[in-house]
Amino acid sequence: MFDTLLVDISLLTLAVIIAVAIVQVRSLLCAIMLSGIYSLLMAMIWQNMNAVDVAFTEASVGAGISTVLLLGTLLHTKRQTKQLPTVNWGALTVVTVTGAFLIYGTLDMPDMGDPNAPIHTGRVVQQLGQRVGKVDREGIHHPWKYSSMAEQSVFHEDDEHPWAELYAEEYGTAEPEHGGEEHGGAHAHPTDDFMGHSPNTVTSLLAAYRGYDTMYETAVIFTAGMSLILLLRRRREEGTA
Amino acid sequence: MNNQPVLRVITKLLVPCMLVMGGYVITHGEIGPGGGFQGGVILAAGFILYGIVFGKEELHRVVPRRVTDGLATAGVLLYAGTGVWCMLRGGRFLDYGVLPGVDTGAAEALGMTLVEYGVGLTVCTVMITIYDMISEGVEA
Repeated sequence: MFDTLLVDISLLTLAVIIAVAIVQVRSLLCAIMLSGIYSLLMAMIWQNMNAVDVAFTEASVGAGISTVLLLGTLLHTKRQTKQLPTVNWGALTVVTVTGAFLIYGTLDMPDMGDPNAPIHTGRVVQQLGQRVGKVDREGIHHPWKYSSMAEQSVFHEDDEHPWAELYAEEYGTAEPEHGGEEHGGAHAHPTDDFMGHSPNTVTSLLAAYRGYDTMYETAVIFTAGMSLILLLRRRREEGTA
Repeated sequence: MNNQPVLRVITKLLVPCMLVMGGYVITHGEIGPGGGFQGGVILAAGFILYGIVFGKEELHRVVPRRVTDGLATAGVLLYAGTGVWCMLRGGRFLDYGVLPGVDTGAAEALGMTLVEYGVGLTVCTVMITIYDMISEGVEA
């Protein structure tokens, strides 16, 4: 516990220092490089909180692609920022108030690692207990692909979960249904089979539970690419022609 | 940067690893961390590095603009098409449970995999396009 806290505090201190440096520095090249470092630090902080997927995205997108694209943009602009007044009181007030509200908003959240947090009384128990999607070719229950993960998990399938009562109250007793033939659409999912189709909860959430959301995100990225093509490529081709 | 031997050699060593890594992250998104978005970005980073070191013409020879444009569209269509496929099989849009598979769970896994491939394709090709457009007119 203490070592995690120590790493967290040092990383967050570094992140704050770099954030201040990004604001202070006048060379845009330095600012871009510092923001890349900031992203890497944040990736380490997420990793320290066991949020591997977030850390992965931060490292590849924040520190990787963003830095390259910002550097590409830099080639089209000046290398230095304009000299601005050192303290903009209006902006400082807005930022402080917004920050205070955000911190106030986190007060209602459960402590990190709190065993009574909703995620631990509901979802995690549910997911560790679920068996759908962990079948072999013959359709026999067997966590074939994920057996090592199942062994590592705190709760075994047949054990009484510490929060079993709470869980049953909330979700009903979870007995997975089987047989791919009988199911007929949206209501075919067993009660415990909401998002546990892959061992990576994040992927299940993004691709199945929030499938529409992810589809529109993909469409947004696609639209960004198409807009660039329509705006820049066509104009340049007309310019050269 | 075309005439720097160290950069050229290191790039040639790095790019295949980046591409394999990107493909791995896309295809194993359901088991480990990552997924279509992160994998697509890593794939794109490989191509962008290649483009930076060897020049835009060389990048366009490897992945022509027609290919990136087409694949960006194909990715979105693959995602939406998976949803439509679910509807054709009698379910709701993006209700993967009705796809072919030994049971609901396997069908869901298939649907999620297809969807992740779609995201990966679109993200990768759009990132290459953005780099292509932003760095245009600037010759290093």
